Amino acid sequence: MSSTDTAAGRRGAAEVSVGDELPPLSVRITRADLVRYAGASLDFNPIHWNERFARQVGLPDVIAHGMLTMALGGRLVTDWAGDPGAVVEYGVRFTRPVVVPDDDEGALVEFTGKVAEQREDGTFRIDITARSAGQTVLGRAAAVVRLA
Amino acid sequence: MALDESFTGRVYPPSSTFEVSREKIREFADAIGDPSPLYRDVAAARAAGYPDVIAPPTFAVIISMKANDVIISDPDLGLDYCRVVHGDQSFVHHRPIRAGDRLVAVAHVDSVMSRAGNDFLSVRAELGTENGEPVTTARATLVARGTADAAKGASQ
Repeated sequence: MSSTDTAAGRRGAAEVSVGDELPPLSVRITRADLVRYAGASLDFNPIHWNERFARQVGLPDVIAHGMLTMALGGRLVTDWAGDPGAVVEYGVRFTRPVVVPDDDEGALVEFTGKVAEQREDGTFRIDITARSAGQTVLGRAAAVVRLA
Repeated sequence: MALDESFTGRVYPPSSTFEVSREKIREFADAIGDPSPLYRDVAAARAAGYPDVIAPPTFAVIISMKANDVIISDPDLGLDYCRVVHGDQSFVHHRPIRAGDRLVAVAHVDSVMSRAGNDFLSVRAELGTENGEPVTTARATLVARGTADAAKGASQ
């Protein structure tokens, strides 16, 4: 009933225990990534591509879209679950900006996750951490997944 | 100037229809670096039980952010958008968004609050099909830094 009757790569509920850690995900975000995400998401706020504007509003440099960081945290969960449609809830607080310098290295963001709870309806809550430049950049990041 | 707290509970007219295309889903998946075949390959999506390719969990922000613009730009509310930062975001998916969906968003103001000199605006976009099927509930808190009356002087 769990993993045997699901499509290849989809994780079954029976394979999961509270306390399990998800495979970590490290992503480098460059300015080019911000331009691509701006176009895909239609979020053209200049703080994500215009250094001059970012500094004018008191930021140290161009910063990544918080929603891009959130999306990457979502990848941590969907890669593990094997089915993006398993995510029934996902929420984050944006606690610190991810500063993206104008170079080829960009900013490294590292995501980890852990199965924190199995809820009464059988879904699992995954708690996510996201760190960049030695600091957490998301707060209370958690997804709820419904696994077959 | 602090925001008008009587805006709490306000509901705006439905947005125009956003037609979710396979190409927009693929473009968004590319932009978040996610190679999942369920975003790109109709056969893979159908094998997984979906009628068409599905969208990543945060794809809904394209539609919810646009829906929230009607609140942010409401001249009666008087939000200074230059001072607004995104405080938090959450999605509840009643089902995955998929290619072919024709979605309409209704924007709600859930609360307006001033604290420590900042204005906190909690907004919600209810995304559903044109036929009224609920698809995604997107909530966000927008923080306008240093615009509340209490902040005058202190935050400058």
